[in-house]
Amino acid sequence: MPSLNNLFGFLQDWISGKLSGFLPPWGVTLAMMAITIVVLLLFLVVTVMYLTYLERKVLARIADRLGPNRAGPLGIAQPVADVLKLIVKEVIVPARADVAVYFLAPVVMVAPALLPYAVLPFGPRMVPADISVAVLFVPAVTSITTLALLMAGWGSGNKYSLLGGLRAVAQKVSYSIPLLLSFLAVVLVTGSLSLVRIVEAQASYPFLLAQPLGFIIALICCVAEVNRSPFDIPEAESELVAGYHTEYSGVGFAMFFLAEYIGMFTVSAMLAILYLGGWQGPLLPPYIWFLIKVYLILCVMFWLRGTFPRVRVDQLMNLSWKVLLPLAMVNVVVVALVDKLGLRLGFLPGLVASLVVMAAAGAILRSRRPARPAAPPRRGWQVREA
Amino acid sequence: MLRTETLSINVGPQHPSTHGVFRMLLTLDGERVVDLKPYFGYLHRGIEKTAEQRTYLQNVPFTDRLDYICGMSNNLAYALAVEKLAGIGPIPERAEYLRVIMAELTRVVNHCVAVGFLLNDLGAFFTPVLYCLRQREYILDLFEMASGSRMTPSYIRPGGVAEDVPPEFIPAAKKVVAGLPAFVDELDQLLTGNEILMARLQNVGVLPPERAIAYGVTGPVLRASGVAYDIRRAEPYSIYDRFDFDVVTEPGQDAYARFLVRLGEMRQSARILEQALAQIPEGPVMAEGVRRIRPPAGEAYARIEAPKGELGFYLISDGSPNPYRFRVRPTSLINLQALRDMCVGHLVADVVVILGSIDLTMGEVDR
Repeated sequence: MPSLNNLFGFLQDWISGKLSGFLPPWGVTLAMMAITIVVLLLFLVVTVMYLTYLERKVLARIADRLGPNRAGPLGIAQPVADVLKLIVKEVIVPARADVAVYFLAPVVMVAPALLPYAVLPFGPRMVPADISVAVLFVPAVTSITTLALLMAGWGSGNKYSLLGGLRAVAQKVSYSIPLLLSFLAVVLVTGSLSLVRIVEAQASYPFLLAQPLGFIIALICCVAEVNRSPFDIPEAESELVAGYHTEYSGVGFAMFFLAEYIGMFTVSAMLAILYLGGWQGPLLPPYIWFLIKVYLILCVMFWLRGTFPRVRVDQLMNLSWKVLLPLAMVNVVVVALVDKLGLRLGFLPGLVASLVVMAAAGAILRSRRPARPAAPPRRGWQVREA
Repeated sequence: MLRTETLSINVGPQHPSTHGVFRMLLTLDGERVVDLKPYFGYLHRGIEKTAEQRTYLQNVPFTDRLDYICGMSNNLAYALAVEKLAGIGPIPERAEYLRVIMAELTRVVNHCVAVGFLLNDLGAFFTPVLYCLRQREYILDLFEMASGSRMTPSYIRPGGVAEDVPPEFIPAAKKVVAGLPAFVDELDQLLTGNEILMARLQNVGVLPPERAIAYGVTGPVLRASGVAYDIRRAEPYSIYDRFDFDVVTEPGQDAYARFLVRLGEMRQSARILEQALAQIPEGPVMAEGVRRIRPPAGEAYARIEAPKGELGFYLISDGSPNPYRFRVRPTSLINLQALRDMCVGHLVADVVVILGSIDLTMGEVDR
């Protein structure tokens, strides 16, 4: 009887054992790969579908409403209804569209979004391919989706979509850099680009405690990378300019939607792995801990969406280049210094150094706020003397 | 030098921000607004002309539908104008108190809608709107209790109020008013110090006080430019001179100041309501002998501090039961004049924010 902890390891061994009964070794490998791919895709699709449901429920509760509760008990069948609707909807291709680019854009959006799952470890033996440069692989592959935004904007043949697409690209590119720098800080400490090694290095304490500044920068950049509120200018009914996916309906739109939520899951998984300790945790099976951490970050993203207003485009770029990038650079330097000092005090030196930097940054930012005019003196007849 | 062209973009009349059917023709140089031309009239219903064919009492429901968010206030302004025109006698005390209570409740309703939808335009995904609308629902329940209708009450009529409130009204109103300060505190805590809100609203839509006065802007927009003018203090009407309240003024002149003024005014309204609900006497609610209103020939102008600004009714009578001229001083339209000045030089994304901070209702602009 396998323990819950190595359930998947047990399943892998059992299935490959059964298969090697009638397949040659290369056949077994191929079959295992095919099964892994199918399982991953199924998991992702179902997860993303129910992520939309969770989001709608969470957002509704934040706004003092109920959320979907008509389709099935507690609205559980809502994602199924949504998917069915999107599939049967008519695909209206705009007359001025560049057809090849228009149809390729959703593909270029979804396919690279799925690739990182080959290297994300859900547990100690649960990574399809433990490559040694996973931290480089994941952002590189998800950046291909940036091209898809441009393709969608151009292919729609609509000048507003093009503008929206350009803004989306600018946003993604700007926020990638501080994100990578904060990943760099983690890699610096671990000395390895392999995600599995990074998780194993957090056996005693998660890097969140040693590098809180890095985590905050990474979190903000991740929210911006997936075009989530408060950075959702490219896709919201952004006041005037239509988003890059306006001219897509039915399946095309479904692909963009899918890619966005897959992206959310990916970046939350990266944050969980790099900063929250991945699958480490007491008592519960490792994959359950991993999922808990990922869902925690996802809930934070829902919370941000439900609470904050949108940031304006120029403020967005300001934030990335003038605030996050310098802070990320300082973070790398501080982490490197603390590591070099070699004080064997666990996460404390890093924590203290990060808090000092955050306090200093806060003070600088606050002092640069534009001055508000002083309150005028109260005249007698404004206030009723009792 | 590169030859650049300006871009003309149409915003509206169907438009994501819920201020009604309003169209703006923006001329943009890149992202900056160079010119703005407002087009309105999509909601023109010919109220002023139609009112000339109806009696003074029959015109009361039209006033509900001017600024449809603030039905009670419009009723009040019209009632004051007719009373001035026809010389309708002393209004009973209970009616006066009920009028003040309804007017201040309307102020809270309007500011809830204004703040909520400003935040909706900013992109806060519905949460602040729904908190504000929830508070508004409690007050709309009170209106329904008193007049039978939530948004178009036709309750305050020349001579007093249509009918007395049911006995459960005063305790229910006290309960709602008791919850108001906590509600404004909750909004304050959630919104006022929010970095993104401040970055989006501060220094956006600056209206210096001289320009505000030159345009004839009134209400929260004027008070947010530092001009402490409130008709309830400058020319008190009804029984406002008996109540203790502050005129909320902010020096900021921008959209953030207008937001703060509206929050502050909600607090002051709560103060007035507490006092009014405590002091309201028993008695009749309609003046004696108000039957067919046939004012002598003449004219009268009465104005109130409506939630959006100075709402005035200018009535001319020629001795017949119908008004000869029924003119509304449209608060929102006059405040709208300042829109172009406030928007020029800002980015496109700010235009919607500025529009939201002026707080327009097209029913009043177009009539």
